[in-house]
Amino acid sequence: MEKKFGLYICTGCGIGEALDIEKLANMGPQLGAAVVKTHEFLCGDQGAQMIKSDIQNEGVNTVAIAACSPRVNFDVFNLPGVITERINLREHVVWSHTPNDEDTQMLAADYIRMGSAKVKKMELPEPHVEDDISRTVLVIGGGITGITAALGVAKAGYEAVIVEKEPQLGGFMNKMYKKLPTSWPFEKVEETGIDAKVQEVTSNPNIKVYTSATVEAIAGQPGKFDVTIGTNGGPVETQIGSVVLATGWKPYDASKLESYGYGQYPNVVTNVMFEEMAKNGQLTRPSDGRPAKNVAFIQCAGQRDENHLPYCSSVCCATSLKQATYVREKDPNAKAYIFYKDMRTPGQYELFYKSAQNDTGIFLTKGNVTNIAEDASNNLLLEVEDTLLGGPLSVSADLLVLATGMVPTTADEAILNLQYRQGPGLPDLELFNGFADSNFICFPYETRRTGVYSAGVVKMPQTIAESVDDATGAALKAIQVIESVAVGRAVHPRAGDETYPEFFLQRCTQCKRCTEECPFGTLDEDEKGTPKPNPNRCRRCGICLGACPERIISFKNYSIDIVASAVKSIDVPGEEENKPRVLAFVCENDAYPAFDMAGINHVTYDPNIRMIPVRCLGSVNTVWVADSLSNGIDGILMIGCKYGDDYQCHFAKGSELASYRMSKVQETLNRLVLESDRVQIIQLAINEYDQIPSIVNGFMEKIQEIGLNPYKGF
Amino acid sequence: MTEEKSLGSILVVGGGISGLTTAIEAAETGYDVYLIEKTPSMGGRVAQLNQYFPKLCPPTCGLEINYQRIRKNQKVKYLTLSEVESISGQPGDYEVTVKVNPRYVNENCTNCNACTEVCPVERPNDFNFGMDTTKAVYLPHQMAFPMRYVIDGKACKGADCGKCVEACKYNAIDLNMQPETITLKVGSVVYATGWDPYNPAKMDNLGYGRVSNVITNMMMERYAAKNGPTGGQIVKPSNGEAPQSIAFIQCAGSRDENHLSYCSYICCMASFKQATYIREQYPDAKIYVYYIDLRAPGRYEKFLNKVESDENIEFIKGKVARIEEDPETGQVIVEAEDIFGGGKIHQKVDLAVLATGMQPTTAESKLPGDLKYDENGLILEDESTVGVYAAGCAKKPADVTTSVKDATGSALKAIQTMVRR
Repeated sequence: MEKKFGLYICTGCGIGEALDIEKLANMGPQLGAAVVKTHEFLCGDQGAQMIKSDIQNEGVNTVAIAACSPRVNFDVFNLPGVITERINLREHVVWSHTPNDEDTQMLAADYIRMGSAKVKKMELPEPHVEDDISRTVLVIGGGITGITAALGVAKAGYEAVIVEKEPQLGGFMNKMYKKLPTSWPFEKVEETGIDAKVQEVTSNPNIKVYTSATVEAIAGQPGKFDVTIGTNGGPVETQIGSVVLATGWKPYDASKLESYGYGQYPNVVTNVMFEEMAKNGQLTRPSDGRPAKNVAFIQCAGQRDENHLPYCSSVCCATSLKQATYVREKDPNAKAYIFYKDMRTPGQYELFYKSAQNDTGIFLTKGNVTNIAEDASNNLLLEVEDTLLGGPLSVSADLLVLATGMVPTTADEAILNLQYRQGPGLPDLELFNGFADSNFICFPYETRRTGVYSAGVVKMPQTIAESVDDATGAALKAIQVIESVAVGRAVHPRAGDETYPEFFLQRCTQCKRCTEECPFGTLDEDEKGTPKPNPNRCRRCGICLGACPERIISFKNYSIDIVASAVKSIDVPGEEENKPRVLAFVCENDAYPAFDMAGINHVTYDPNIRMIPVRCLGSVNTVWVADSLSNGIDGILMIGCKYGDDYQCHFAKGSELASYRMSKVQETLNRLVLESDRVQIIQLAINEYDQIPSIVNGFMEKIQEIGLNPYKGF
Repeated sequence: MTEEKSLGSILVVGGGISGLTTAIEAAETGYDVYLIEKTPSMGGRVAQLNQYFPKLCPPTCGLEINYQRIRKNQKVKYLTLSEVESISGQPGDYEVTVKVNPRYVNENCTNCNACTEVCPVERPNDFNFGMDTTKAVYLPHQMAFPMRYVIDGKACKGADCGKCVEACKYNAIDLNMQPETITLKVGSVVYATGWDPYNPAKMDNLGYGRVSNVITNMMMERYAAKNGPTGGQIVKPSNGEAPQSIAFIQCAGSRDENHLSYCSYICCMASFKQATYIREQYPDAKIYVYYIDLRAPGRYEKFLNKVESDENIEFIKGKVARIEEDPETGQVIVEAEDIFGGGKIHQKVDLAVLATGMQPTTAESKLPGDLKYDENGLILEDESTVGVYAAGCAKKPADVTTSVKDATGSALKAIQTMVRR
C-alpha cells in the first residue's frame, strides 16, 4: 500500500496557547506528511470531519493525530482501514510542562517526530484466520462443575465433550446425602439433585460423554486442539476448540492426621466418610456398628495449618453444620458438637449457621481441641480449651468427624497433558497452593494457557452453588475464545487485537529465548529448536519480540523497526547544549495512564523525558536500549507493572522478564565503560501518578551526576 | 475492526465491576450490548476502593483494562445517568424504556477544566462520601470513564449564572438539556445493580454521626486513596490529625437480624487490608480489631496470617456494644464484651472504623421487570429464571472475584436466552 500521510494537530485544551503550533506544523513535510492541518477543536464534529474528508477525498490513508491521550476520544478518532497513531500533546506535554518554554516545545516536536516515524512503518493488521475451527468444548471432569459447564455450552448452541475418570458422572455429589441450602431462606439442606443433572447431560445430543476416561494429550491451539482421550476401548482422537478444566479436588490425606486420632481410634472418621455413611442411611460407629448418638466435629482438621494445608477450605464449616443436621435428622435425640477456630459461613451461609444455632441439639463453640483419647468402649474423649464457655471443656463423643480439607487435583498432576514445549500443565500453580487459580482479582478466568479455563474446586475451595456459578462463567469464556480465534482476534487482555507475531525464520538461530519466555506457552519447537508459532495461543503481548536477539519477530503495527525508528527520530541536542535526554519505555496498560493522571492533575516533571508506550515492558528489546544510547540518549527508564508473587503485569511475566533482561544490559554497559545506572527499571502502579515527579526528576539528577552520554554526537 | 451481523442484543444495567464484566464478556463473544449506568461514570463501588485484597493492587488497573476493552469493541454501547423505566415483552424479545437524565455537558467536552475553574458553586462530593466538595460542574473523578464532565443539576444555579457556558470554548455545556426516554429492543436483561454501604446511622449504638472520629470502611478507602479527599492521608475527621490508635468494628450491621441478617463476605478481609494501609502510613499506630469470627476463606487465609503476625495489630473476639466520645480528650471509647475474660472492655482509640456491610441497592428501590426479592432485598434467581437475570452483589454479598465470575456466567445466561428463541 502506498502511504499518504496526514498529520493533524489540535490546538484546543491549551495546546495552542502553550506551544508554537506553526513551528510544529512546519515540520510536517520534512517528516513525510503530505497533508498537515491544525484545528482548534479536532475532536469536534468539524475537526473529525476534516480528517475523514481528507481520507475520502485526498487519499490520506495514514494518520497521526497530535492532540489528547488515546485513552479519550477513541471513538471520534476511530478510523477503520486507516493506519492511525495518537500523539499525546495534551496530558503528556502541555498539561505536565511549562507553557511556551523551549523544552516543552522540544518535547512536543519530538513526539511529533516519533509518531510520524511510527506511522510511516506501521501497517494495517491482517488477522490470522485458520480454517475448520472446532466449536466443541472439552470439559475435563464430570462432577457438578463439569456437568454445568457442558450444559452451559450446549444450551448456547455449542457442542461439549466430557471426559470423566470415574465410571459414572456426578463426581463427589454421588457420595453426598444432601447439599447446602442454595436458596432463600438458606435454612434447610437440600436434595443433591445430581441424578437429574446426569440424566440431563446424557440425554443432551450436543454433549458426548466419555467415562472411565482421561485426557492423554492436548496438542495444537485454541480452535484447533487435537485431543487424545484414553478410554477403556483405546485412545479416541478428537478436534476441540477450547477446554474447561473441572477436575475438582481430593480430600486431604487423613492418614497424616494421626494427631487427631485418625487411624488410631476406630471411631474417628473424616467428613467425606461421614457423608457416605449418611448417604448409605446409617450413622454408625465403625468400631461396633452401633448408631452414633453424640457426634463431635473438629473444624480445620489440617486446614489453616502450615504443617498440613496452609489455606482454609472454605466449605468445611458449612459442611459440618450440614452434617450436624444429619445427626439430628437420623435421631432427634442425638447431639452434635462442633468445635471451630472461626465459624466461616460467609455471605448467605450465615443464615444456615443461624438456623443451626437455633437447634438446641447442635452445640457450637470456638475452641482448641488439645487432646483426643479413647475410653474402653471406643468413645472419644476430647479436651477443649479456649471455649466461649469460660473454661476448658471435656466432651465424650461416640463418633468424631474430622472436617478435613480439599486438595486440588492439579496439586500433583498435570491433568491437561498439553503437548507444549513448556510442559503439560498450567505453570506456577505453587503461587496458588496448587489450585488452578487466576492471579487476577478482576479476571478470575485468566490462565497462562490460552483457551483453557478452570472452574470449581480445582480453582479454589468453593461450595457446589459457587462452583455452578464458576462453571457457567468458564463455559462463556470457552465459547468466547472459539468465536475470537475464528475471526483471528486475540482474547483478553488485548481482546480484539487482529495483529499477531510474524517470524522471519530464515534468520532464527534457535536460541529458544522466545519459546522459553512466552508466558502463555505459545511457541513450540521443532527438533532443531526453531519456534513453531501457534497464533491462536498468542496474547499479543510482544514478549517474544522483546526476547529475540536476532530481531526477527514483528507485528504489523508493532515491531523492532517501528519502535527503533521512533527512537532514532528523537532530536538529541549536542553536548554543548547540556540538555539531557531520557527515554522511557512505559507499559501502555498502567504506566501510561498514570502519566495521563499526572497530566490531568497538572503534576509537572522534567521535560527532557521522551516516552514510548509499549504493549508490555516485556516486549522491550534490548536493541532499543542500544539504539537509544548510540543515538546519544543519556538514560533509559523502563516503567512497568509490579512483579513478584503478587504481580500486576497483565501478561504475568513481562515486567519481571524486562527486569531480568535489563540486568544483563547493565552488565554489558559496564563492560563498555558506560555506567549501568543509565538504565533503570521502575515498578509503577496505575494509581501512583504522584510518584512520577520524583521518579523522573530523580533519574534526571542521577544522569547529571553521571554526566551526559559520551557517545552523543557520534 | 470489521462490522458483523448482530446476533442479538443484551441490556446490562449497572456499570460496576459486575455489569462491566457481563457487558464486555458478552460483546467479546459476538453479541451487541447496551450498558447503562445511573451515575455519571462507570466503575461503581470498586472505583472508590484504594486497593483490592489480598494483592493490595489498585482496582483502577483492572478497570482500565476493561475500559480499553470497551474502547476497542464497537459492540458495547454505553449510557450514563440512565435508569430502566419499564420492561415489557418476553425472553428473547423485550422492549425496555430507559430514562437518560441530563448531563448538561455534551460530547463536545474535551475535559479542559475551564468550566470547573469558573464555577462558583460547591457541592458535597458523593464519590468521597461528602468528605470534600466539587464544583457544580465537575469531572466525577480522575479515572472516570467516560472521561467527561457533568453538572449536578440540583446544585447548579442554572442560566442565571451561566459562567461555565461562557468559559467553554467548545459549546459543550447545555443548561437546557432535558431528560430523554429511549426505547431499546433486547433479547435479555442482566441487572448488576450492586450495593450500597449499609447506612451506619441506623446503628445508633455505634456512634456514627454522634462521635466525630467514627468513620465507615468505605470512607477509609477514600482517605487512603491518592485521589481521595486528603490526598491519601488517613486522618481523624475531627481535626485532620494523624490517629495513633485505631479500632475496627466488624459486623457493623452484618450478621444482625435487626440490620443485615447475612454476612457481607468482604468486611473481615477489607479491615485486614485497611490495617495494612494504617501500618504503612503510621508504623507506630496500634490497631484493634473487634470481631465475631475472622472470615478469611480459601487462600485469603495467607493474608490473615500476615496481618496476625503484626504485633501492632490486636484481634479481640467480641461484639462491640457501644461507642462513645470521651468528653475530655475527644477520643473514641469502644465498649465491647470480653468473650474470654468476661465483663466489659473499654478501649480508647483515636479513630474507629465501622466495617459496615453491603446492602443491595434493591433493598431501597425495586427494579422494573418480573423480579423476586428476598427479605434483605437481594434479587432471587434460580435455574428456572429466563430472560431477566441478576449478577454480582445484586444477588448475593460477595467479593470482587466471585462477582466477576458470576457476571461472566450471567453473560452466558443472557446469550442462552437468545439462542433458545
